[in-house]
Amino acid sequence: MALTASPPAEPAEAAGVTKSPAPQAATDAAGLGRARASVFVAPALALIAAFLVFPALWTLYLGITNYRLTGVAALRPRVVGLDNYARALGDPEFLNSLWLTLLFVIGSAVIGQCVLGFVLAWTLRAVPRTVRTVVELLVMLAWILPSSVVAFLWIALLDRDGGTLNVLLNTPGMAWLIEYPMLSVIIFNAWRGTAFSMLLFSAALNGIPPSQLETARMVGASGWQQLRDVVLPHVRGHILTNLLLISLWTFNDFSPFLITAGGPNGRSETLPVFVYNTAIPGGQLGFGSAVSLLMLLINLVLAVVYLRLLKQRRA
Amino acid sequence: MADIVLEQLVKEYPGGVRAVDGLDVTIEDGEFFALLGPSGCGKTTLLRSIAGLETVSGGSIRIGGRDVTRLAPGARDIAMVFQDYALFPHMTVRDNIAYPLKIKKVGKQERAEKAEETAEGLSLGGLLERRPGQLSGGQQQRAALARAVACHPQVFLFDEPLSNLDARLRLEARTFLKRLQRDLGVTTVFVTHDQAEALAMSDRMAVMEAGRIRQIGTPREVFQRPASTFVAGFIGSTPMNLLDATIDRDTVRVAGTSVPLPESARAHVRDGEEVVYAARPEYMTFSTEAADAGIEGTVAIIENMGVGSLVSLEVGATIVQVTVPEGQEPPIGSRGWAVAAPQRVLVYRRDDGELVGSERAPALAEA
Repeated sequence: MALTASPPAEPAEAAGVTKSPAPQAATDAAGLGRARASVFVAPALALIAAFLVFPALWTLYLGITNYRLTGVAALRPRVVGLDNYARALGDPEFLNSLWLTLLFVIGSAVIGQCVLGFVLAWTLRAVPRTVRTVVELLVMLAWILPSSVVAFLWIALLDRDGGTLNVLLNTPGMAWLIEYPMLSVIIFNAWRGTAFSMLLFSAALNGIPPSQLETARMVGASGWQQLRDVVLPHVRGHILTNLLLISLWTFNDFSPFLITAGGPNGRSETLPVFVYNTAIPGGQLGFGSAVSLLMLLINLVLAVVYLRLLKQRRA
Repeated sequence: MADIVLEQLVKEYPGGVRAVDGLDVTIEDGEFFALLGPSGCGKTTLLRSIAGLETVSGGSIRIGGRDVTRLAPGARDIAMVFQDYALFPHMTVRDNIAYPLKIKKVGKQERAEKAEETAEGLSLGGLLERRPGQLSGGQQQRAALARAVACHPQVFLFDEPLSNLDARLRLEARTFLKRLQRDLGVTTVFVTHDQAEALAMSDRMAVMEAGRIRQIGTPREVFQRPASTFVAGFIGSTPMNLLDATIDRDTVRVAGTSVPLPESARAHVRDGEEVVYAARPEYMTFSTEAADAGIEGTVAIIENMGVGSLVSLEVGATIVQVTVPEGQEPPIGSRGWAVAAPQRVLVYRRDDGELVGSERAPALAEA
């Protein structure tokens, strides 16, 4: 600790041996001292406060008012307490959205991205290098393209008239986005986000000592037994971390809106889409804010559950 | 019972590299067999081929008369201990040891008993509930051994079993491994790059270079009569003196000195042939006075080896090394003569490095 001291800003101290060194100057590695360090951090803090903390608090406030985009309540919002929350919990549309979001997370994140990502990472270990590179490139492509672009691609793929899928399957006039809106966005999101899980699991699988897999092979363990006894215990932590990240991302994902806009008739209206539809086109900013806060709470619960699981393993 | 017979074994990697190049080896039942060689010589590939972890490109492997060349590793009845021990970190020592039995569908009760019994035999008794991470290096090694022993295989394979231990523990583990192998009487093949380890532990050893076996024999045979200059240079804790020399009738001209031509080589060389004169430093004596058939030089370097020292004599541009007993080290820069024990001198051909007069001399065979 003492070695990190001798701040350049205090030349007097170097000469004056009798003066005891300033105690707070020695506490940080860069030797800046608290005051100057604060100055450096201040712009970032200000930006965070203006664009993150304030809107969040503002949303909190809006959530207990009847604020609307138009009309009397827009001019003079009235504090209604927890009415918005009570209304949300009794609102069949909200509950429907909650249910659809759950389907979306389980279908596209847990089963789609996580399982598919693991399967891809696992099978790609054994294939020739060139095949692996091509598959990885394709999967990555889906991940790095902007949402608006991939959304357009999927609309083109699933379009009723002249959509690519209808041509391929020879089912002219099939309206996939109307017949199976939820399934469509689930598959879309699985396709879009698998790259992350695949990359994460590839790295995790590379970390397994080959000798452990070979030991299992030597005693005659089948592929499934090797997976259960060697591979999964090794990558358990990675699976949980991955699940935490992708469930939160998927839960808050807004790109389904770009494909179905929540329709038809709310059948693919996940919570972020519901909030948007309620607050902006619907104009009920107060109610939308309350639902946003509920989403935040659900996110927190998810995070806590996963972190608990992770901790359990380490103990 | 369970001998291992390798016939014309070839392992060729894509790109044409032959890691194992047409080997014929028979490892007897119950033998402790060492595969020794520098890194990249194919010894580990050979071991992994026997294990079934590598698919061989040609030839056959038979274990106890059964052709296992195309069998999966798990069907060969072999246990392998890896260099890093490969204990499963998430299982207790007990579960690790019992793991092969679990895969073989042995009942839970029997499995636990078996694991306990094996662990007891390897003095792991009190450690059964621990995780591998909580064991010392030596304990981890014994746990890995216990896992191999518990399933009663026909053959053990050890890949560099001692290289992850510190120097002191390594010597203990050497003795321990040798006793364990003798008690169990299971045919064992182990890979090492440490010639001292191979000499100390094995019943017989094979010295490998570039995918081929350069010599097979007991440690004594390999130490006393290396079959080629490669083996001669590889075996022994002090490097063997390999000096360019020329045959001159019944003598060898080496470093400006005429020394007697060894009996065993006499019938196999021509006058004037270029050869390599080889003598171990331990088989040479140092003298401060002119000695008959002694190679004269200047004392350049003295290396202390504990009991005795290794003296390097500069003879023109070549170096001759000779060991001297404790307390008899000559001063640096003094003149000295190195005399080889005639029985221990070997002569190699200069062109291919093969031993001249390869049949074993009777005097040495019984030594």
